[in-house]
Amino acid sequence: MADKIRIATAPLAGCFGCHMSLLDIDERLLDLIEVAEFDCSPLNDFKRVGSADIGLIEGGVANTENVETLRDFRRHCRILVAVGACAVNGGIPAMRNQFDLRDCLEESYVNGIGVENPMIPNDPEIPLLLDKVHPIHEVVKIDYFLPGCPPSADSIWTFLTELIEGRPVSFPYTQIHYD
Amino acid sequence: MNPASDAGIFTERLLNEGGAQATDLLQYLCSIQQHYSCIPPQAVETLARVLALTPSVVLGVIEFYSFLHRTPRGQFDILVSDSITDQMLGSRDLLQRLCDRLGVCVSQPGSDGRATVATTSCTGMCDQGPALLINGQVVTRVDNERLDRIVALVQAGSPLEDWPQDWFSVSDNVYRRDQLLDEHSANGDSLRVLLDRGAADLLQELDDSGLRGRGGAGFSTALKWKLCRDASADERYVVCNADEGEPGTFKDRVLLQSWADTVFEGMTLCAGIIGARRGFLYLRGEYRYLLDSLHTALENRRASGLLGSAILGEPGFDFDIDIHLGAGAYICGEESALIESLEGKRGIPRIRPPFPVTSGYRNRPTVVNNVETFMAAVRIAEHGSAWFRSKGTAQSPGTKLLSISGDCRDRGVYEYPLGVSIEEVLSDCGADDVQAVQVAGAAGRTLPPAEFGRTLAFEDVATGGSFMVFDHTRDVLDVVQNFTRFFAHESCGFCTPCRVGGSLLRDLVDKLHDGHGSEYDIREMRDIAGLMQAASHCGLGHTAPAPVLDLLDHFPDVWRQRLAAGGFEPSFDIDAALSEAKQLTGRDHSGGRMGGDV
Amino acid sequence: MNTRKTFRMDGRTIPFEDGQSIIDAALAAGEYIPHLCHNPEFTPHGSCRVCTVDVDGRMVSACTQPAAEGQQVVNNSDPVNHYRRRLLQMLFVEGNHVCPGCEKSGACQLQAVAYYTGMLAPHFTHFFPRREVDASHPDTVIDFNRCILCELCVRASRDVDGKNVFSISGRGIQSRLIINSNTGRLGDSDYDRADKAASVCPVGAILPKHQGYEVPIGERLYDQRPISVVGDVAQAKQGDNGDG
Repeated sequence: MADKIRIATAPLAGCFGCHMSLLDIDERLLDLIEVAEFDCSPLNDFKRVGSADIGLIEGGVANTENVETLRDFRRHCRILVAVGACAVNGGIPAMRNQFDLRDCLEESYVNGIGVENPMIPNDPEIPLLLDKVHPIHEVVKIDYFLPGCPPSADSIWTFLTELIEGRPVSFPYTQIHYD
Repeated sequence: MNPASDAGIFTERLLNEGGAQATDLLQYLCSIQQHYSCIPPQAVETLARVLALTPSVVLGVIEFYSFLHRTPRGQFDILVSDSITDQMLGSRDLLQRLCDRLGVCVSQPGSDGRATVATTSCTGMCDQGPALLINGQVVTRVDNERLDRIVALVQAGSPLEDWPQDWFSVSDNVYRRDQLLDEHSANGDSLRVLLDRGAADLLQELDDSGLRGRGGAGFSTALKWKLCRDASADERYVVCNADEGEPGTFKDRVLLQSWADTVFEGMTLCAGIIGARRGFLYLRGEYRYLLDSLHTALENRRASGLLGSAILGEPGFDFDIDIHLGAGAYICGEESALIESLEGKRGIPRIRPPFPVTSGYRNRPTVVNNVETFMAAVRIAEHGSAWFRSKGTAQSPGTKLLSISGDCRDRGVYEYPLGVSIEEVLSDCGADDVQAVQVAGAAGRTLPPAEFGRTLAFEDVATGGSFMVFDHTRDVLDVVQNFTRFFAHESCGFCTPCRVGGSLLRDLVDKLHDGHGSEYDIREMRDIAGLMQAASHCGLGHTAPAPVLDLLDHFPDVWRQRLAAGGFEPSFDIDAALSEAKQLTGRDHSGGRMGGDV
Repeated sequence: MNTRKTFRMDGRTIPFEDGQSIIDAALAAGEYIPHLCHNPEFTPHGSCRVCTVDVDGRMVSACTQPAAEGQQVVNNSDPVNHYRRRLLQMLFVEGNHVCPGCEKSGACQLQAVAYYTGMLAPHFTHFFPRREVDASHPDTVIDFNRCILCELCVRASRDVDGKNVFSISGRGIQSRLIINSNTGRLGDSDYDRADKAASVCPVGAILPKHQGYEVPIGERLYDQRPISVVGDVAQAKQGDNGDG
């Protein structure tokens, strides 16, 4: 057990689709568990990263919590991987970068249809938003990128097996896509 | 004036007077800008209709040139020269003072429409800065006292004609003369030599002299002229490149101010040799103040039979020169971009080959040479190739004009035999405690003292004439930042590596300058620089990364001590990125500073 | 025929006609050189630089470099591929290329060339420029976020359609595509969906309306086979390209 590869995963500003795609490797999960174990991950509900060989990050950086989680992962993961379009280039959440943050918040919480008690939420528990959503490589050093929205289960499998086996990661043509 | 009602009429009149050629579009735009402080929509519509262009093409030209604007700039359009040498003389403080006193923000006209204040690329007044351009006119040697008086005149709405005229005076500041500057006259002697000896013979003389282009690239002048002469065509053109935009260069301005006759004679000589009937002086917009004296010089030469029909009474020797103005675009110093600009277009460098010598202006064979090259050709015709070769080196015969600015006692123009050492130049101009010399401008080399034994010559350190001195009180990173911003601003935007890479490089240099650069960023700079050098469309992109690479190679102590701890820094300021949310929610981030801890 | 001129590229002998560019000669010989702004139907442009090749030790764009006897061309090497990936990454960060939200995805040449060169991420810092979407025309939408300034629409409209609907304005990183109409909007211009300019855009900047997802994701032009096999967007048959 001690020499199993430790994998940690985290969702930042994304839709959780990449984590779903990871689960889509289906019965290959059993093969994975033979050689790897999960550190913190939404899959096991451990909240804080301990120490991991591979950190998989889904989603871009949209708020202070994202920054803290990402930095925590960078400190505690030997290899950090951007998984999916949002981590790679900001993805759909980054489409808000076309607008001022004020306009986004006012549209949602002040001027939006059906809004009651209009106000921009300011509870201290809520992470502060960055003025733009950034891909994660603009905040910490990233070692590998796995594009796709989401990356297919096959490409996640290819990536993990080749990385774990210490081979250079290379994908068949159909496993690289940005959509 | 009422732009809405009369801009169309004004434009119609200009077109009627000017012959309404589409190749003159930029010239019309310059006149309209000068009159209205913008190009009103009615002018765009009229130009497009009469010149058979689409309005979007006209807009494309307007938005390419820094001196043309679609919205009014105010009665006084004040541009502060942003060359590093102007900055060293205090231009940034002056800019701030000017904005404060006039109550305006940079690049935004005040609410009263009185004035606009902005920066502009090097105005070529580095030896007498800080300099301003006010409605296209140069004001030199600006200090706080002069600035405050300018503010008062602007606020009073006083026309420029009523301002103290000595403010507009531009000095030559020539400190060393040699082959070229020893004589002032050009009364047709070289043209008589041409008529006596014939074009082929004189071309041979030029070839024997070994004259190479003085713009910096060093192409054989005789070969260029011969290729153009031998190209079959119905028309040929001579173009004098006076788009002296390389930061720190101003020797062409001095030549055009005090040796214009010789320059025009050189163009005429070239015309006689290659068989051209028409020539252009492409004058950078910053030198608009020279227009009147240059037109007078042309008139005098026409009156003396040195220009026009049957020059010196020789039937068939017909040649005349037009002056075309640039409008704030460094790229137009590149010869094929210059030709595009001459044709009234956006200054995008052409695909080469074909080269201008076979397909230039209006796709006809065209010689484009630097101001100084034409002058040298005149002297060679008068005195012979042996005389010329008596100065300089075997591979770089003759002399070279240097524009010397920065930290030295005597800033100005120096004429040296090629092959002179950097040390000697520094000693002559009174430069002590020198940390770095920038030779050949922003696109040239940044050299540390260990390299001062090197010589200025095509075979060693080639130069178009810029020579900027920085002593140990200066921050080399300030210099590199200025140049990198300059290139990002002046990229024409045509090719990917220069357009995008130039901006990426600028941001990385800013990051390093502000103490947030990492080892990772240094590698990124080298990578981007290498790509720009290898894959850009023209010389601007090839040379734009030179200051960054020289910084990394020659001044490691300067950048190493600016590196942030750790190998990686975020590409943006996280604290700044949170300020809007803090303001909107009225709270601070409980965790304190976010920046830079990984 | 034995006297036909040739150059060498990655160990192969490529024949060429006088005046032919390296890229056109290579494509004619069945050798793919990645490119975006080049389209053999139009005059060479040389702006994207993605077709950069090493010719006798010098990097040049294959679309503007005339083929010459005896040239040694390197089209496939680590340095050349590195340059190409970096150029593509520059194009990705310069605009807003949100592939998951783009109808052109799967049939986009920028994407396909990036797949071909093995680009996994845009690498650089994103500019996130603010750009418009112009949906004023009944048949076509223009999304300026995706424009890569290849000027193929400019050339097609000017040289084939004779309309000059498109042109380039601004300078440097501010360069941008503009539309010739009194409002600057496509709906008020002379543009027609049958124009040549409507079918040359290599990316999702000029898109036909009302047919976005006729070809499902996964079955689109470049979903199964690489661009070196499939060819350019502009050459793909209508209805075959799945670009909606």
